[in-house]
Amino acid sequence: MADRPFGLLAEFDSPEALLAAARKAREAGYRALDAFTPFPVEGLARILRLPRPNISWVGLLGGFAGGTFALLMQCYTNYAFPLNVGGRPLYALSAFAVVMFELTVLFSALSMIVAMLWQNGLPRLNFPAFATKRFHLASKDRFFLCIEGRDAAFDEHATASFLNELGALSVELMPP
Amino acid sequence: MTDRSADILPLRQSIGGIADQLTGIPLHFPARRRWWIAMLFALALLLLLVISMVELFTRGVGIWGINVPVNWAFAIHNYVWWLGIGHAGTLISALLLLTGSGWRNSLNRFAETMTLFAVLCAGIYPVLHLGRPWYLYWMFPYPATMGVWPQFRSPLEWDIWAVLTYLTVSLAFWYTGLIPDLAAARDRATGRGWQIFFGVTALGWRGSAAHWQRWSQAYRLTAGLAVPLVVSVHSEVSLLFAAGQIPGWHSTIFPPYFVLGAAFSGFAMVAIIAISLRSWFGLKNLVTDEHLDLLGMVVLACGLMTAYGYVFEVFDAFYSGEPHELQTLLDRTAGAYAWTYWGAVIFNFIPLQALWWRRVRRTGWSLMLVSISVVIGMWLERYMILVTSLYRDFLVSSWSHFTPTFWDWSTWLGTVGLFLVPFLLAIRFIPLISIFETKELLHEEKEDAHG
Repeated sequence: MADRPFGLLAEFDSPEALLAAARKAREAGYRALDAFTPFPVEGLARILRLPRPNISWVGLLGGFAGGTFALLMQCYTNYAFPLNVGGRPLYALSAFAVVMFELTVLFSALSMIVAMLWQNGLPRLNFPAFATKRFHLASKDRFFLCIEGRDAAFDEHATASFLNELGALSVELMPP
Repeated sequence: MTDRSADILPLRQSIGGIADQLTGIPLHFPARRRWWIAMLFALALLLLLVISMVELFTRGVGIWGINVPVNWAFAIHNYVWWLGIGHAGTLISALLLLTGSGWRNSLNRFAETMTLFAVLCAGIYPVLHLGRPWYLYWMFPYPATMGVWPQFRSPLEWDIWAVLTYLTVSLAFWYTGLIPDLAAARDRATGRGWQIFFGVTALGWRGSAAHWQRWSQAYRLTAGLAVPLVVSVHSEVSLLFAAGQIPGWHSTIFPPYFVLGAAFSGFAMVAIIAISLRSWFGLKNLVTDEHLDLLGMVVLACGLMTAYGYVFEVFDAFYSGEPHELQTLLDRTAGAYAWTYWGAVIFNFIPLQALWWRRVRRTGWSLMLVSISVVIGMWLERYMILVTSLYRDFLVSSWSHFTPTFWDWSTWLGTVGLFLVPFLLAIRFIPLISIFETKELLHEEKEDAHG
């Protein structure tokens, strides 16, 4: 198992060709699929049955955390160092609103971006696909479908010929 | 506008061609000579800033023209001006992303870059104005042995939180959008140095479908947060003024008036940069006349809304009937600094009217001239708002004047260098037009063209 290849990489020249190929691969029973594209391709996640990302929930939690932190911080500083300014209230929520809003946004945005990188497993400077000859085109104008080696139906030769039948411009083996 | 954006990019170009053209700008830089000339000019200005800062820190803020009662002048005036310029970058990037306006894709990267460095220029001004900038950390809540805490009921304390949040979120948003393009540049790079630089900064991005999905969600939601953030930041800046009782500042129109004025000057600056870059790097296929047309319309719309703020300010003074308000209005229109008021009105709104004509909007040099006029006009507006309100306040005994000194001017010109140097570096080292978003747009357009 250890020297099982990471997967097979098939190249297509348009998002439509990639979508069609991904659909056929699903129908043929492959489940461990991924795709590499130069820009987000609409409908691809649905065909590959990718789970819905939960970044929005992370953002919501981050926002709550930021807002709560800001409120507590401001109440505490006024509690620890009370200044009577013309008899105005110490715990002035209207005055605290600005910093609360700013920290809500700050925590929410940063938590979403960190969660996105974390869940994507980035930074990861090396990846098996980088070893293939044509993968650099995935950031230019080619669309790659990957059938991963961990798929139960994966067979180096049968899967390669299957991908060729789908009309792939090239099929390459990704090293383990 | 949605039907217009359907064919904003010429269809006779390929997706691969765009990648080569845009990654080629950093990798095989086309205008080395002109870049160096601009860079030397920018470095000279930056040197001026360094000299001004050394002088300032040695001799104190007395080297500026500020004094009682005009305690705030160039430092806050240019702070507001720079910050306002920065706001358009976020608005173009975030607001137009959310409204699905495809024409943003050729402009958003350098507009965001402009935001970052404009906010940087804005951010250093209050620090310089502190007089003793090494006490900056007093603004942060930390358990000090003195037993004091920052006062969160003051707009001056809100300011640092607003600006630092804005800078951080802008930076994070800019970098998130940049990651796929850094990967594109990494894959095109041939030199060892470039491969390492883009390889590390791209974080190993590979365009996986699952990654794109999470990335899109994070990017769009951050954009959704960035829009109210811009509005909050400049509203907060206006509260530095409006929360005080100085006549001419204490008005409810200030938050929207400031936000719109900021967008106005910022979009004008985006137009200036867009026109310069497209002629500099031959990007007419990506920054098209159509883009200039739309930018011109946005500048016109923001300008007219800013003009409403001017009208309302006058109305506000008369409606209140308060003698000091009326006095300030008279000082503005006919006092010693009337030139700043009428200068702002003329530079902001007279050349602007040319943008009603389609030909003017679609021609590079004419839109450029109008935009330069707007940037000058908005600079004068902030001068006017600050100085005309302060130089004559409630007590006649404290009336005085403000005259900018050499060091006021040199610090301001220096910040232009502080803006230009990193901006030129960004042009040199990163893809300055979003590659993958342009490709996505081109692909959609081609789809539509095929039916």
